[in-house]
Amino acid sequence: MQFIKTRFNYLFNSTKGLILVAIAMIGMVTAIWGMLSGPMAEMGVREVVIKLLGMDIVQSEREGRIIILYHSIAMAVVAIETYMVTGLLKMKAFFKTAINATITVGYLLAMVFGMGFAYFGHNWAFHGLFITGLSLVFFAGVMLVIALWPWAKEYRIADKDYAHTKGGLDLERTAFFATALTTVISALFGAIPGSFYGHGFETFLAENVIRYPEKTVMEYSIIGHLHIMLALIGIMVTLIIGRWLNFKGILHKVAMPLMILGTVVLNLGVWGVVTPLEPVAHMIIYVGATPSMFAALLLLIWSWGKLIREGTAHLKKPNFLQKLAALVRDPLKFGPTWQMLFMNFTTSGIGIFMAIKLDEIFRVWPAREERIELTGHWHALSAIIATIILLYYGDMLGLKGKVRQLYGWAILILSDIALAAVTIFEMKRLFISEAVQQPLVNGLMYAIDFGLGMLLVLLATVMVWRLVDLFKPKGRWTEEMDHELSQEVAK
Amino acid sequence: MKRNTLVMSLRAKRSNPQFSGRLLRAVALVMTLAILTSCAPVDLNAPLPAFDPGIDPDSWAQVPAGEFYYGQHEQIETTGAYEIMVTDVTVSQYAAFLNAAQADGSVKIVDGEAVGFYPGDVFRGVKHEEEIKAGDWPFIPLDDPSQRIRKDESETRPYKAQPGYENHPMTMVSWFGAWGYCRYYGWRLPTEIEWEKAARGSDTRPFPWGDEIVRENANFYASRDPFEDMGSFGSRTSPVGFYNGRKYGDYQTLDSASPYGLYDMAGNVWQWTGDVYEGMHYRFLRGGSKDTYDMDLRVWVRNNATPTYVSPGVGFRCVR
Repeated sequence: MQFIKTRFNYLFNSTKGLILVAIAMIGMVTAIWGMLSGPMAEMGVREVVIKLLGMDIVQSEREGRIIILYHSIAMAVVAIETYMVTGLLKMKAFFKTAINATITVGYLLAMVFGMGFAYFGHNWAFHGLFITGLSLVFFAGVMLVIALWPWAKEYRIADKDYAHTKGGLDLERTAFFATALTTVISALFGAIPGSFYGHGFETFLAENVIRYPEKTVMEYSIIGHLHIMLALIGIMVTLIIGRWLNFKGILHKVAMPLMILGTVVLNLGVWGVVTPLEPVAHMIIYVGATPSMFAALLLLIWSWGKLIREGTAHLKKPNFLQKLAALVRDPLKFGPTWQMLFMNFTTSGIGIFMAIKLDEIFRVWPAREERIELTGHWHALSAIIATIILLYYGDMLGLKGKVRQLYGWAILILSDIALAAVTIFEMKRLFISEAVQQPLVNGLMYAIDFGLGMLLVLLATVMVWRLVDLFKPKGRWTEEMDHELSQEVAK
Repeated sequence: MKRNTLVMSLRAKRSNPQFSGRLLRAVALVMTLAILTSCAPVDLNAPLPAFDPGIDPDSWAQVPAGEFYYGQHEQIETTGAYEIMVTDVTVSQYAAFLNAAQADGSVKIVDGEAVGFYPGDVFRGVKHEEEIKAGDWPFIPLDDPSQRIRKDESETRPYKAQPGYENHPMTMVSWFGAWGYCRYYGWRLPTEIEWEKAARGSDTRPFPWGDEIVRENANFYASRDPFEDMGSFGSRTSPVGFYNGRKYGDYQTLDSASPYGLYDMAGNVWQWTGDVYEGMHYRFLRGGSKDTYDMDLRVWVRNNATPTYVSPGVGFRCVR
């Protein structure tokens, strides 16, 4: 009994344990449900999985199923970010415990019963528990907003290395607060239409209605919701990485106000799509996205500069190659910001290019081609966020030496191969016709499957290792139990 | 003992500097294979199996007036009675149309394209809307390598189907080309509602033949039909009415007619529909194609494109 109690205590009462459980859950869902589409479906694996697991797949409910699947995974990702925030930032112990407990129960309910409802017959009690789970995640978010309240006296700072106002208002904490607050508000933009449509039967996927000139307020709300939630998850992970790396100095002082401004304006633009401001909403969104992305760039510049400085400290006058070697010597420290840069090629760059050439190129293609770009670019963004979390997790585990190098570079190389292939796949119509595309598609699919498949194998290996570790009386888990993320922030 | 051996082996790998090198070599090998695969040439005129499904492309099906379930969310819609082609318009039928229409001046050849008159749409200047003015619009490109209609100026009837493709659906045809074909014979393109009723009948089925889809029901992406080679040219069209329960060589199809006896209402080629919607120039396509996954073969799935768009995966049929 004591054996189970101590492990349970680690898994559900320590930050690293909670993150491990959430990563394992996401990995499991991704591995199983990834076999239902794409090349796996072509190879007939889909049918085997459906039969083996006894799934009940009704054709007309595909869109509803997918929405529940996305939400199940997203809730776990939001939970991981929340654990990281409660582990990294100062807050009252009560709030930390309450937030982590609430969000854990919430995402697990949403994931288990949501997927149970969507794929294994329609047990309406499951649907109720799915909604309960989502609601708990929402309430955990509300508590997080309260816990992060940056104007409280105990959170005022005077350290000149970090962005703050004359009165001591911690601007980094304010950025976390603004992101958490706008996330909670933006969740409503999905929750309200979700309640309106009811039961998931009148759902739609945004990429399928994108060309219709007339959209209802509810449709706009859903479209805004899905865009802003992913953007906010991205912003939050950027702030987390900044805190983990101990972002500070002049660039921090410039970046944090920009991050706050960008987050607020971006949200105002997205919320504006359901108001008469809709015709100019996109312009407001661009205005908001620019400072946010610029702030992320400042983090990149600062962190790369630091890596180079530290890695060449023993050299009097390092040359370019020595600086480059210093930059890439630790994939877990270099990786997160590299992925943010790489994101510009797979997501932001594609998005901007599409926006500029929309009528000239993309809207000449059939809607199904445009759908590939739309779904591809946000899948790529989601995958990049996941890899950033995994890189941070690798550092959290305290990986060292060859294993650290192997883990870090495997994540970076495998995911970037896959995402580069996805990007070429999205854009293939720019340089190849439908009639002769098949060999290119095959080659890209090999690259995507290899990259993502091996990434999942790597993740599975780490999870098995952690599982085995749990059976050891003095395993790594015992060390992690009392370690808090804030203690491990870079000096 | 075994455990110790495993641990030692893992440690040895960790400390082996060649281990990461091997990983990099494996990645490089996979990437090289992927690049080599991507560069393989495609023969658009590769030999094609010749099968006669025995379905008459000149036949029409009766669709009675009345209500039916429309769309994914099954709203009730009503249509009048109409007749719709049992199959997609074939390459031979379109070649015959071109011969007749060029002879009487309804179709002209301009810059390698067959063009014809379209009276234009009302333009409202809605965001993203493009103006479709009255004038000559392209019906089909004649010099595209994917075009299955061949032109021989020395013949009195210059247009012919490429041998082997006579009974395949006409593709590489724009919405104007589909509209022009139907209009030439006094017919028209089906509205989306008419198209869906003809595919679905009066119940809520997602596919023309019923609730589920298997590979032998229709020609879709990677459906392993006798016409595709996913290692080379990928999917190709199948003859109209191919999925009628017959066996072709070793390949057994399932009878996949719609409740009103129409074939290929799911897969093979997307089909242009006739609606012109207020504030948008896009035209809608239904049915999915040889190039799409089975999810796009559900009867309510909509696709759209500019009316000048042509593709080896887009065809049409008419109503009257």
